[in-house]
Amino acid sequence: MSENQNTSGSTEQGASSERRTFLKVAACGVGAAWAGMVGYPIYRYIASPVEEAASADVVTEVEVEKGAELPKNAALMFKFGTKPAMLIHHDDDTWSAFLAVCTHLGCTPAYQPEEKRIFCPCHSGVYDAHSGANVAGPPPKPLPQFKVAVADGKVVVSRA
Amino acid sequence: MPESLGPKVYSWLDERLGLSPILELALKKRVPDHKHSFWYYWGGITLFFFIVMCFTGVLLLLYYRPGDGAYESVQQINTQIKFGWLIRSIHSWSANLMVAAAFVHMFSTFFMKAYRAPREFLWWSGFGLLSLAMVFGFSGYLLPMDDLAYFATKVGLSIPAVMPVVGPWIADLVRGGPDITAYTISRFFALHVVILPALFIPLLLLHLGLVQQHGMSIPESEQQKPEAERKSIPFFPNFVFKDLAVWLVALNVLALLAVAFPWPLGPAADPLAPAPADIHPEWYFMSSFQILKAFGGWFPGVVGEFLGIAFFNAGVVLWALVPLFDPNTKSGQWGRRVTWFGFVVLAVLIVTTIWGYAVLPAVAH
Repeated sequence: MSENQNTSGSTEQGASSERRTFLKVAACGVGAAWAGMVGYPIYRYIASPVEEAASADVVTEVEVEKGAELPKNAALMFKFGTKPAMLIHHDDDTWSAFLAVCTHLGCTPAYQPEEKRIFCPCHSGVYDAHSGANVAGPPPKPLPQFKVAVADGKVVVSRA
Repeated sequence: MPESLGPKVYSWLDERLGLSPILELALKKRVPDHKHSFWYYWGGITLFFFIVMCFTGVLLLLYYRPGDGAYESVQQINTQIKFGWLIRSIHSWSANLMVAAAFVHMFSTFFMKAYRAPREFLWWSGFGLLSLAMVFGFSGYLLPMDDLAYFATKVGLSIPAVMPVVGPWIADLVRGGPDITAYTISRFFALHVVILPALFIPLLLLHLGLVQQHGMSIPESEQQKPEAERKSIPFFPNFVFKDLAVWLVALNVLALLAVAFPWPLGPAADPLAPAPADIHPEWYFMSSFQILKAFGGWFPGVVGEFLGIAFFNAGVVLWALVPLFDPNTKSGQWGRRVTWFGFVVLAVLIVTTIWGYAVLPAVAH
């Protein structure tokens, strides 16, 4: 008799501890759902400019304004998506275009007509003006190069 | 609770931060439980909306630009930034709900006579908090610089301007000139996000600290019962969980209102355009707006304006000083008179507010 009572007592205890666990899990689940519902719009709100920039970076082709007017042995800075880019008109009438973001630490390099090279003043990195190859200083990689098409007085730069 | 943290970590923190007395207090604290307990939650509801406003206010700061481009930046928040309309709508709605909850809290403490000794400073700090909240509302209303914001601020600032001698001088200083310009926006912005929070938060901490010091006030009907018959519930966890449940309801109401009725943005303010026909202040200024208008109608000229302002300010001063002329339970006859005064104030506020909305011309926006 007393044994019976004991077993029924312990199953009741088991059921109530099960109920307790269930309630705990349910409460945590509902809490997480709430946190997600509140957190999602806040995240999208804060990340809004990041998303906008990412969609602007999808650009594959840019017409360089007044590009055709660029004299020989000179460079013109323009915007490719959200980033700075550089168009160079060489002495031999060939053209090059690069993403003007130094591969070392992200400074914007400049074309030096005297030395006919691309130079980054931040840490004295040097790139070849025709190929973009990193030839001196700390840059670990060449500058990403674009394709340049010159026709009908228009200069169109596109991803290689 | 602390055991689960790991007794070593807890005792390390306790030695340095003195957690035990705080924890003991929180576990020992009890909250009275009686048929008027419902009203105890309204201070907490007000606090909840204030916290929501702090968070959404910081989020709005990410994109809002005071000055000349203010309208364009709010337009950008409303149309371009993901969920920007929602953040702005929640900020505006919780501002209104906070003032509403504060009014409920104030009148419930008034009628339960919770301002009596030793809680006078709770009443006064609460009075200061509500006053600051209304200045928060007034200054925040201008920031989007749409047409309603522009004209409501214009009218609002013409009220201190009728004060003799110093009035126009004060109004000019607040506006940064005789007209509402980008200077006014920058001034209101500084007020709204720096000066007011710097005043509000310490006063709020004082208010909350005093509640801990004196405990919840109990109404007269409870005070008459012998101590053994008074019921109470533990602060932790019972009251805290109830409070959290109420906050969840408040959050739901806020979310529903903000999504179903997104806060509008009118056309950009144009100083040369005539005021919109239905120009009116926020609802919590409607009563004072209508009292001024009514007195202006009864007594034409400056006399009417002066009498209206005097009537309203006399009411506000009497209201603030109520703990002084109804100091304790022994003030029987006075106690009943003060209760009647409360009913009259409530009636005047409600009637003039409804009156104010009733006489607005219907304009489709």
